[in-house]
Amino acid sequence: MLTFILRRILVMIPQLLLLSVIIFLLAKAMPGDALTGAFQGNPEANAEHMEELREKLGFNDPWYEQYGRWVTNFVQGDMGMSYVHKQKVTSLLGNRLSNTVLLSLTTMITIYLIAIPLGIIAGRWNNSWADKAIVTYNYFSIATPVFIFALIMLFIFGFYFSWFPTGRSVDITIQNGTWDYFVSKANHLVLPTLSGAIIGTAGTIQYLRNDIIDTKLKDFVKTARAKGVPEGRVYTRHILRNSLLPIAAFMGYEITLLISGSVFIESIFSYPGLGQLFIQSIQTRDFTVVSALVMISGAAVIIGTMLSDIILSIVDPRIRID
Amino acid sequence: MGNTVLEIENLRTSFSIKGKYYAAVDDVSLKIHENEVLAIVGESGCGKSALALSIIGLHDARVTKLEGQVNFKGQNLLNLSRARLNKIRGKDMGMIFQDPMTALNPLSTIGSQITEPMKYHLKLSQADMKKRTLELLRRVGIKNENRVYSQYPHELSGGMRQRVVIAVALACDPILLIADEPTTALDVTIQAQIMDLMKELQAQMKSGIVLITHDLGVVAEMADRVAVMYAGQIVELAGVNEMFKNPLHPYTRSLLSSIPSNMPDKGRLHVIQGIVPSLQNLDREGCRFAPRIPWIPQEDHEKDPVLHEVEPGHFVRCTCYKNFHLQTEESGVEKHVFTKS
Repeated sequence: MLTFILRRILVMIPQLLLLSVIIFLLAKAMPGDALTGAFQGNPEANAEHMEELREKLGFNDPWYEQYGRWVTNFVQGDMGMSYVHKQKVTSLLGNRLSNTVLLSLTTMITIYLIAIPLGIIAGRWNNSWADKAIVTYNYFSIATPVFIFALIMLFIFGFYFSWFPTGRSVDITIQNGTWDYFVSKANHLVLPTLSGAIIGTAGTIQYLRNDIIDTKLKDFVKTARAKGVPEGRVYTRHILRNSLLPIAAFMGYEITLLISGSVFIESIFSYPGLGQLFIQSIQTRDFTVVSALVMISGAAVIIGTMLSDIILSIVDPRIRID
Repeated sequence: MGNTVLEIENLRTSFSIKGKYYAAVDDVSLKIHENEVLAIVGESGCGKSALALSIIGLHDARVTKLEGQVNFKGQNLLNLSRARLNKIRGKDMGMIFQDPMTALNPLSTIGSQITEPMKYHLKLSQADMKKRTLELLRRVGIKNENRVYSQYPHELSGGMRQRVVIAVALACDPILLIADEPTTALDVTIQAQIMDLMKELQAQMKSGIVLITHDLGVVAEMADRVAVMYAGQIVELAGVNEMFKNPLHPYTRSLLSSIPSNMPDKGRLHVIQGIVPSLQNLDREGCRFAPRIPWIPQEDHEKDPVLHEVEPGHFVRCTCYKNFHLQTEESGVEKHVFTKS
C-alpha cells in the first residue's frame, strides 16, 4: 500500500509539471495582464508608468523565464503576489481554502445522507410508487441548474423567511473560537450546503438504484436466500455491500469535483471560498491567483483519483494494489 | 425405498407476463424418498428449473403464482411465511446452483459463506462453526482447507468454487438437496470430478436429491429414478434402468436418439423438430408434444392426456407412445436402447 502511494505521488510530479506549463501559458494568453486589471478605470494610471512597472515586475521577459521563476517559487511554497489584493497568494488562500473544504465536506456528507437511503429504497422496491417519486426527484434535480436553484433557496429561506444568513461564512463580530462562533459558522453553511446537496444527489441515487436492481438478480443472492438468510440481511450483507462499491470508489472524485465546482454556490451566497476568489481573479486578470487556484484543483483531482483507488482496494477484495 | 422426504402434489407455478399468468410448471406431482436421486430432465425451457426454484421458494413472489402443495417435514411450504420458510431452507433443504462463477458473493471469504447458514440454523459457537466448515471443505475434496477458508471466490478455480457451492448446500446436513444443473457450467474433466464427488457424498448421506439436468450421461450415472419434463408437465417417470431400456414417450425416445454416440452410425444425428414453445405460445389443449411429431396422426393422441402406469412405477403421459416411431425409422422397427453404464 505504501509503495503504491509513493509510486502514485512520483507519477504525480510530471503530471503536475505538465499541468503547470499549460496553465501558465493559458494565463499568459489571456488578454491584458495583472496591471490592466489592477488599474482598470483608474484615472491616475498613465501608460508610461505602467510600462515601467511591467519592466520592473518582469512581465516583459520571455515566457520561459517568467515560467521558471514562477515554478521555482511555487515549489518553495511561494505562490507569488496578488497584484489586485496586494498580498501574498498563500495568505489570500488560507482561510478560503478551509472554507471551501468545509463546504465541500458538508455538501458531500449531505448528498450521501440523502442519496444512499433514497437509492436503497428505489432499488429495493423498484417500480413502486416510492421508486417513481424518487426517480421523478432525480429528473428534477438533474434538470435544475444550480445557480437558479441556489437563488431560489436564497430568496425563500434567506430573504423571505430570514431563517438563515444570506452571505459570508461567519458573523465577523463574533470572537473566533467561542461556541457562538461555531454556531454562526454552521448557520452560514446551511443554505449553501443544502443548495448544492439537494440537486447534487441524482448521480449517486441513480447509480445505487440501478446497481441494486442489477445485483438483486445475481446468483449469489439466490444462494443467500437458499441458505435461509432473513430478507433484511440478504440486503445488508449481500446486495448492498456489492452495490455500494461503485459509490465508494467514486468518493475520491466527488470531493475534488465539489472543491473545484462550488463556484456558483460560493458566488451566489457570497461565501468567501476558492470559487468566489476564482471568478473575481479572472475578472481582474489577477493571474498569479488564477494559476495557483487551477494548480490546486488539478492536484486535487490527481489526489482524488488516488484516494478512489485506495478506497476501492480496501472495500473490494478483488482489487489489490501493491 | 426409504421414507418420503418431499411430496409435490399438483404443483402449478405461473409467471405473470403482461398481466396474465402462464403456467411454467403445470400440475406436477412427485415424491422424493430418503437416499434417492430423482433426476428431472428435459430441454431448456420445459420447466425444470422453475420446478426446483418453486420447491425452495426462490421465485419472485410479485410475479409468480404457486398452486398445489409442496409437502416437506409435515408442512406445505407454499403456505409458509418467508420467515418460517427461512427456518427450513438452508437447514433441511440445500441447493446447489448451476454456475459456480456467480453463485458465491465476491466480497465474502469462502469461510464466512459456508458458515453463514450455520449462524442462522445451528446453535454453535464460533470455534465449532469454523471446525465444521473446515471439515466440510475437506469433505468436498478441498485439501488445503485452512487456506481456502480465508480466501475469496475469485482466488479459486471453477471446479473449486463448485465444491464450495456444494459445501454451502451441505452446511447444515439437509435431508433434501436440490441440484440445479450442477455440472453444466463446468468443463468436461471438472464435470467428471464433481459427479464423482456428488456420488460419493450421496453414498454417505441419507438425504434425497433432486437432480435437474439435461445431460443424460449424468442421469445414467447418478439417478435412481427419472422424470422427463416437457412444456411444464411430466411426460414420463420411471426407474433409471427402465427408462433407458424401455423409453416409451415420444419425447423421451427423441431425446435419447439425439445423443451423439461414438459407435459407427447409420447417418445423421437425430434432431427433434421445432422448439419448446414459449409460455405465451404454448397450446395447452391436447398432447403438448404433438406439434413436434406432426407425422403421428391426431387420433393417436389423447384428448386430455394423463399419466398412465404402464408398468409398476413407470408412468407415461398420453397414448401417442403406442404407435410412435421416429421420423427416420421405419414404423416401429427399431427402438433405441441405452444401457446404464
